[in-house]
Amino acid sequence: MSSPTGPPTSGTFLGMPAVPPRSPYGTGHLRGARRFPEAAHDELGNEQLRRNLGRATRSIRAKRLDATGELPDWEQLRDAGAAIKADTMNRLPELLEQLERKVAEHGGTVHWARDGVEANEIVARLVKDTGNDAVLKVKSMATQEIGLNEHLESEGITAYETDLAELIVQLAGDQPSHILVPAIHRNRDEIREIFLKEIPGIDPGLDTVPAHLAAAARAYLREKFMTTRVAVSGANFGIAETGTLSVVESEGNGRMCLTLPETLITVMGIEKVLPRFEDLEVFLQLLPRSSTGERMNPYTSMWTGVTPGDGPQDFHLVLLDNGRTAALADRIGRAALHCIRCSACLNVCPVYERTGGHAYGSVYPGPIGAVLTPQLAGMHGADHDPNSSLPYASSLCGACFDACPVKIDIPSLLVELRHQHTEESGTTAEGLAMKAAAAVMKRPKLFTAAQRTAGLGRVLAGRNGTFSRLPAPFNGWSDSRDTPAPPAQSFRSWLASAEGAAAMRAAAAEGTRHPDDDAPEGS
Amino acid sequence: MRIGLFATCLGDTLFPEAVKSTAVLLARLGHDVVFPPEQTCCGQMHVNTGYQREPVPLVRNFAEQFGDPSIEAVVMPSGSCAGSVRHQHEIVAERYGDAGLRTGVAAVKAKTYELSEFLVDVLGVTDVGAYFPHRVTYHPTCHSLRMLRVGEKPLRLLRAVDGIRLVELPEAEACCGFGGTFAVKNAATSSAMLRDKMDHIAGTGAEVCTAGDSSCLMHIGGGLSRLRSGTRTLHLAQILNSTRTSPHVLAEAAR
Repeated sequence: MSSPTGPPTSGTFLGMPAVPPRSPYGTGHLRGARRFPEAAHDELGNEQLRRNLGRATRSIRAKRLDATGELPDWEQLRDAGAAIKADTMNRLPELLEQLERKVAEHGGTVHWARDGVEANEIVARLVKDTGNDAVLKVKSMATQEIGLNEHLESEGITAYETDLAELIVQLAGDQPSHILVPAIHRNRDEIREIFLKEIPGIDPGLDTVPAHLAAAARAYLREKFMTTRVAVSGANFGIAETGTLSVVESEGNGRMCLTLPETLITVMGIEKVLPRFEDLEVFLQLLPRSSTGERMNPYTSMWTGVTPGDGPQDFHLVLLDNGRTAALADRIGRAALHCIRCSACLNVCPVYERTGGHAYGSVYPGPIGAVLTPQLAGMHGADHDPNSSLPYASSLCGACFDACPVKIDIPSLLVELRHQHTEESGTTAEGLAMKAAAAVMKRPKLFTAAQRTAGLGRVLAGRNGTFSRLPAPFNGWSDSRDTPAPPAQSFRSWLASAEGAAAMRAAAAEGTRHPDDDAPEGS
Repeated sequence: MRIGLFATCLGDTLFPEAVKSTAVLLARLGHDVVFPPEQTCCGQMHVNTGYQREPVPLVRNFAEQFGDPSIEAVVMPSGSCAGSVRHQHEIVAERYGDAGLRTGVAAVKAKTYELSEFLVDVLGVTDVGAYFPHRVTYHPTCHSLRMLRVGEKPLRLLRAVDGIRLVELPEAEACCGFGGTFAVKNAATSSAMLRDKMDHIAGTGAEVCTAGDSSCLMHIGGGLSRLRSGTRTLHLAQILNSTRTSPHVLAEAAR
């Protein structure tokens, strides 16, 4: 078996083995301005954010457990989802070409975009070709990833987000902080303030009753639905076998965008293709139960090219790579491409719950973001690249792996990316410390001597035999934790001592007595 | 049964009482406990921090120390070290080892157990004859829970302890925030997780918070000590090794 990072082994030696060139990384909102620990530190100070997130994630967690626990075949569904995704990734090129063929057969046009820049240009050109200067947006991670709205704005085209939470984020000039619930960091009071400030002609007496807030957004959006002639969507699934695209949603606003306009432009990440129509049976169970904790999402839209006289008569599919081929080249990391964007891993993550999504600096936050973002956009794009801190933004507790509907082993991917990071980082202080630690631990005599030295450190300990202040880099630890002083005697020296030997002899003597020896007569 | 005891580097150096209790408990249950003297560390900290070349000699040493076929089981008072041996050693051996190491690692992996799963699954005991008349809450550590899937096994052992008053820990399955070098690299986030864990522990009114990993207990105990909470941490092995004839005497908790 060839080494995971090395070149493939070949039967014929043709000179120096060369690693094949890596596909280019993606562009767009896939890298923050600051490293995770610094960004998280500031977010942690926001008590309002902590309360909003804690309440929201706790409630979604409970709903998800109910919705997944009631299915007797949930684990088999997860296995099926994982298997279909693995099969898809193994033959992605042929499936994409099949999808292209089928979409074209049904009157749609397919465009290929290597990165976000190309995809943005394609969409802007298509909108201009229709002669319009405004588009409706269906909630979509792919278009958030490439910063489509900003690009359209620079081309004089206004994009109206129609998903309620996405609208809140857009009106506030904010960034999404969750894959499914982009405004999860906002509470009702904040949303009311945003609406009052940003929606023209809104009733100034608007209160914070959720139904009233939704009605205010509805009135604003209805007018856009009736007057805008172009819509841009993402896609949850694209079926190679039939050329069918699908979007699942809760509000029905997506359905409006997918049916009312004359032109529909769908931007789909290339990993969203599925081989067969019947594969939807698996994913339409996995996705809603994992994401919103519902048995079924309220709206499932499917369309195949153009249907004369029904819905948009001009349909374009933009297939977006943007770093996905680069991720696919990683034998281990590619599993992150199996993600169906349900966000279950965010909701169960103890790190995400406390820091929120903005600390990750990418449109993909939480555990899946910590493995997907570095693979799509790289970890070494700059000195101290913020993306290189993402694989470390986890205690490796494993809750994400248990929650993932397609069984992505996120903790193992995090460990793998940490390894890739240290391999590419050259000599660092941490690397030297790790080498030194291993050098001691691989020599039992040195290790035993180091234990004795550590034992001597007890004289430096303060009250209760603990250290309350430690030097950098351990000062963050000691800010909230006492550290016990090493005991005078290690286990191994106790075992070798007369006391240890006597204790083990006494225990063994007790162990050789048969337990029944103590049983009362006749029992 | 001939059992190879792995003390773990942390247990051996900083928390020897947990290892002593493991050794005495297993001997008291009638087993032959051997301590391969050249053992050191499983290399988990290295692997979890992103270093896989450096721990190769540690993985090799572990396989050599416990490779002796007369050792029928390798037992350790740590879920995360057992998880490292069972899940990470083969990754390291596959990538940077040789055929000999890969064979050695596979052989040792198959007989490696965390203490509670060894007692319940292999020895088939839940009542180990322990006596511990105190109010106790149990924190299931992440790697024992989600890597090894020990499930209810530690609780079954605790429920069989004479005199114990076991109180359920709310949101028990949430991580305490330790995560090895995570607690250093992301100290603020880790502290926020620890604070919530300590609030839940305080709510139980327990005298003792127990778990199967000295590392997580060092983290939780370090926080409880700083807050002078009155609750102390104690390894599961120390409770199971406390008997009527030789009871564990609770140390004064920081207040």
